Amino acid sequence: MHLYAQFIAPFADYGFMRRALIACLALALGSGPIGTFLVLRRMSLMGDAMSHAILPGAAIGFLVAGLSLWAMSLGGLAVGLAVALLAGLISRVTDLREDASLAGFYLISLAAGVLIVSLRGSNVDLLHVLFGSILSVDNEALLLVAGIASLTLVTLALIYRPLVAECFDPGFLRAVAGRGSLYHVIFLVFVVLNLVAGFQALGTLMAVGLMMLPAAAARFWAIEVWSLAALSVVMAFISGWAGLLISYHYDLPSGPAIILTAGLFYLGSILLGRYGSIRARFWPGAHFHEH
Amino acid sequence: MKTPFAFALSLLLIASPAWAKPLNVVASFSIVGDIAHEVGGDKITLTTLVGPDGDAHTFEPAPKDAKALHDADLIIINGIHLEKWMEKLAKAAAAKAPYVVASYGITPRQMNENGETVLDPHAWQNLKNGILYVRNIEAGLAKADPEDAATYKTNADKLVARLEKLDAWTRAEIASVPEAKRKVITTHDAFGYFSAAYGVAFLAPAGLSTDAEPNAGSLSRLVDQIKSEKIKALFIENMTDPRLMKTLTKETGATIGGELYSDALSPADGPAPTYPAMFENNVPKLVAAMKLN
Repeated sequence: MHLYAQFIAPFADYGFMRRALIACLALALGSGPIGTFLVLRRMSLMGDAMSHAILPGAAIGFLVAGLSLWAMSLGGLAVGLAVALLAGLISRVTDLREDASLAGFYLISLAAGVLIVSLRGSNVDLLHVLFGSILSVDNEALLLVAGIASLTLVTLALIYRPLVAECFDPGFLRAVAGRGSLYHVIFLVFVVLNLVAGFQALGTLMAVGLMMLPAAAARFWAIEVWSLAALSVVMAFISGWAGLLISYHYDLPSGPAIILTAGLFYLGSILLGRYGSIRARFWPGAHFHEH
Repeated sequence: MKTPFAFALSLLLIASPAWAKPLNVVASFSIVGDIAHEVGGDKITLTTLVGPDGDAHTFEPAPKDAKALHDADLIIINGIHLEKWMEKLAKAAAAKAPYVVASYGITPRQMNENGETVLDPHAWQNLKNGILYVRNIEAGLAKADPEDAATYKTNADKLVARLEKLDAWTRAEIASVPEAKRKVITTHDAFGYFSAAYGVAFLAPAGLSTDAEPNAGSLSRLVDQIKSEKIKALFIENMTDPRLMKTLTKETGATIGGELYSDALSPADGPAPTYPAMFENNVPKLVAAMKLN
């Protein structure tokens, strides 16, 4: 009964808690695999950069239609894709490498976004855009997040093999099929889509947290790509669930509580993980799987 | 060289006739600004530092604000510690103008702010106090510009008559709501004077503040509060996330009673561009929402 009150009752009693939990599940399902591929492709910071890049798009949406789900999502999507593709293009036609050109674009985007929001709204509005509000997720937003998650899973399943192949040997796929960049672009589209989904709930600053932290933590527990992705999903969802409970019981803001829980998973995995963690490296004998 | 020049300059300043330019008046924020505008009319050039929809509690002055203060002949503030930034800013701007404290003569109420008991500066939310504001501003203007004192008095009398009528109307409107129903939940903390004057209970939403990001715990307590007190009238400051409020109404069956203006006026094309219009906006919304309770 006590456990019920602690862990289940908040969700049974309040609709906003239920919707927030389901939003976390949908976000975990989409972001987990995407984050895994970002980690495998050594693009972990790219997710962060992209999450800032969608800000001016969302801000323009906000400027036109206020805190409207669709306007802000479409704006974020458009600008996010534009920045991703431009950064890729510039790294191909100039001497600048992709990470540097991405950094340039995302800083411009971030500043432009802050400027645009300030044009119309107050600092409080800006905070809503930057931090989102998972407690105010409504059915419409849930549909959007769940739709993006479903689309992500189906698409990743369809391009799973070439995507994995490209992760480990980008040259190979380009040599045999010449379509490596096509998969890369499709993947980028889904990175942006999932960030847009997360942005509604967690804001531009933290959407990337649920994507990267579980995926990075999973690296210490699994080796195959599919199990990395599955583990990321599970950890992301548990982070969401535990974060919401922490927010509920201790009056802490929900977004940071969720991301910090994911952060705990990450730190714990660094220390105790099965592969390549501090424990595995320095006390391999204590490995509980080898008894 | 320097002294004769300064002397000539001062002669020039003295020689320029006072009536040639209107009185430079700086008002700290939109509500005293509007009263000053009504009383001063075309005899003054008015600059309002914190404009429509601006928060007078926290104000980030721009260089032009310092310049306006420097050039001011008269500075009008609310007082009761509302404009904590004014002293520093006026000093930095080397302002020499005298002050009119619009709330002079009002006994301030106390309010609770983040657990501390402080004086409540929102005295204008009682129209009787508003009338005092008008008289204080009128006296200040007349002192700074005695030649136009008659004009200021005519204008002030007109405004006071209007505020008195508005006060009676507000009482009648509130009286149309059964006494037990005269309560609303609101994040506005500026209605202490209104509450005392007109007999409406303003309950703070449990745990919710406009300053902090809402968390699941405080939101759940608010849901419980709405359900247990059976309050349908919910007024949330424009600063709060509207998406959150939608969630809340869906969950509890309460209605969001529209936008109240408490700390600042709206822009000219908004629903509360003047001090009287603020009451004309707020009172019907409060009454309509409370009747649903």
